[in-house]
Amino acid sequence: MTTQARPIRVLIAKPGLDGHDRGAKVVARALRDAGMEVIYTGIRQTPQMIAEAALQEDVQVVGLSILSGAHLELFPRVVQELKSRGVDDVLLFAGGIIPNDDVDAIRTIGFQGVFGPGTDTNDIIAFVRDNAPNRA
Amino acid sequence: MDTNALVEGILGGNRRALARAISHVEANTAAGREVLARLYARTGHAQVVGITGSAGAGKSTLVGAIAREQRKRGRTVGIVAVDPSSPFSHGAILGDRIRMQDLTSDDGVFLRSMASRGNLGGLSEAATGVADLLDAAHFDVVLIETVGAGQDEVEVANAAGTTVLVANPGGGDEVQSMKAGLMEVAQIMVVNKADLAGADTAMTQLRALLSIADLGPWVPPILKAVARTAEGVPELVDAIDKHQEFIRGSEHAHEERRKHAQRQVIAIARAILHREALSTANASGAIAALVEEVAERTRDPRSAAEELLETVRREWASQGERE
Ligand SMILES: Nc1nc2c(ncn2[C@@H]2O[C@H](COP(=O)(O)OP(=O)(O)OP(=O)(O)O)[C@@H](O)[C@H]2O)c(=O)[nH]1
Ligand SMILES: [Mg+2]
Repeated sequence: MTTQARPIRVLIAKPGLDGHDRGAKVVARALRDAGMEVIYTGIRQTPQMIAEAALQEDVQVVGLSILSGAHLELFPRVVQELKSRGVDDVLLFAGGIIPNDDVDAIRTIGFQGVFGPGTDTNDIIAFVRDNAPNRA
Repeated sequence: MDTNALVEGILGGNRRALARAISHVEANTAAGREVLARLYARTGHAQVVGITGSAGAGKSTLVGAIAREQRKRGRTVGIVAVDPSSPFSHGAILGDRIRMQDLTSDDGVFLRSMASRGNLGGLSEAATGVADLLDAAHFDVVLIETVGAGQDEVEVANAAGTTVLVANPGGGDEVQSMKAGLMEVAQIMVVNKADLAGADTAMTQLRALLSIADLGPWVPPILKAVARTAEGVPELVDAIDKHQEFIRGSEHAHEERRKHAQRQVIAIARAILHREALSTANASGAIAALVEEVAERTRDPRSAAEELLETVRREWASQGERE
C-alpha cells in the first residue's frame, strides 16, 4: 500500500495589533503555489493563539509577520508558548518590518529566517523547503 | 511518537498526540492505519455532524456558531475543516480558522484544517478517520466542514451521522443543482444568511425539492439561520440532537447504524480499489499506449478501459500465484 507524499504544512500568523496583512497573504499565496499547505489565521493573534494553532494543525513551519514594532516583545512569547506545549520541532521564520539591529536577537531565540520588506518570495520558498523538518 | 504513544496520548487527552495522529491518518501512513484500528472500539460516543454546501454559503461561520452553542451546552467540540487543494500546485490556503478565532483559546475545542489533496477518493477515508480520532479523544461533538461540490464531498457527508446542508437566499439555481446527490444525503437543511432577502423563497424551494426526494422514515427539517449573529443556531443544534436521537435511540437505530457502516466500508473499499488498480496500471505501463491509440482514434475508449482492467487483473492474478 502506498503512502502519499505529504505537503509541507505552514502556519502564517500575524501577532499583535497591526491590521495590515497584505504581506502575510502574499507569502501565504507564494507558499501555496509552491505546493505547500498554508494555514492562515488572520490578524491580531495572541502568542497563545498562534502556539495553539501550530499544535492543532501539526505544522512543520511557523511564519510570523509583523509591522507594529512589537516583535521583541511578542516573538519570545510565541517561542515560549510553543515550548510549553511541547512544540519544539518547528522551523520559525519572521517577516515584516524588523530593524537590522533586532535581527540577531530574533535569530538567537530560534528564528532561522528573518525576511525584510521586498524579499523575493522565491527566497522564502527555498528557505522553507531547505529547512522544514521532516515528519516521519 | 510511536503508535503506542499516539494511542495512549489520544485516550489520555494529549492534544499533541492527537494532532500528530491526525497527520498520519491524513497521509494514510502505516502508523495512522494502526492507530485507527486500535482506537476504533473506543469510538461511537461523539455526535459526528457534516456541514456542507456551496462555496461561501457561510459554513465556517455556521460551524463556529454551532461550536459556541455546543460549548454553552457543556459539550466539547472537535472540528475538521476541509478545503480544496489547488489542482495545479497541490498546495492550499486553509483559512477556516479566521472565522473561529475565539475558539482557539478554548480548551474544549480542537480545530484542524485539512486540504482535500485530490487523492483518489481518499478524502472520505481520511476525514472519516480524523473524525474517529476526535471521537476517541472524547470530544462530544465532531463537526466536519466540506464544500459540497463533488463526489468526494458527498462521501465526506456520508461519513457523518448527521449531515447539514447549508443553502442561501436567492440561490434558486444553486438550490436546483443540489438535487444531484446532496439532497439525498442531508438530514437537515438550513437557509443561512436569512438576514438577506429571499430566505422564505429558498425555504419554499427546498420544501418542493424534498417533496419529490426519496425519503426514508426521517423527514429533514428546513430551518433558517443567520450564522453571523447566531440567530437560529440553538434551533439548529436542537434539530441535530433530534436526528442523533433518531439514529441512536429509536427503533431505527440498528438499521441506521448498519446503513452508516455499509456506506463507510464501501467508500473506503472503493478508494483502496481505485488507488491500487491505478497504481498497478501505471506500473504496467499499459496506460500510455492505450491512451495513444484512443487519441489516434484507432481504438475506442471503452475497449481501451477494458483492456487496461484486464491488464490489472492479470497482474493481480500473477502476484497472487507468486505469493
Ligand atoms: N449576511 C450574512 N452573511 C454571512 C452570514 N454567515 C456568513 N456570512 C458571510 O458569508 C461569507 C462567507 O462565509 P464563510 O463562513 O467563510 O463561508 P464558507 O461557506 O465557509 O466559505 P468557503 O469555506 O470558502 O466555502 C463571509 O463574508 C461571512 O461573513 C449570515 O448569516 N448573513
Ligand atoms: Mg469555510
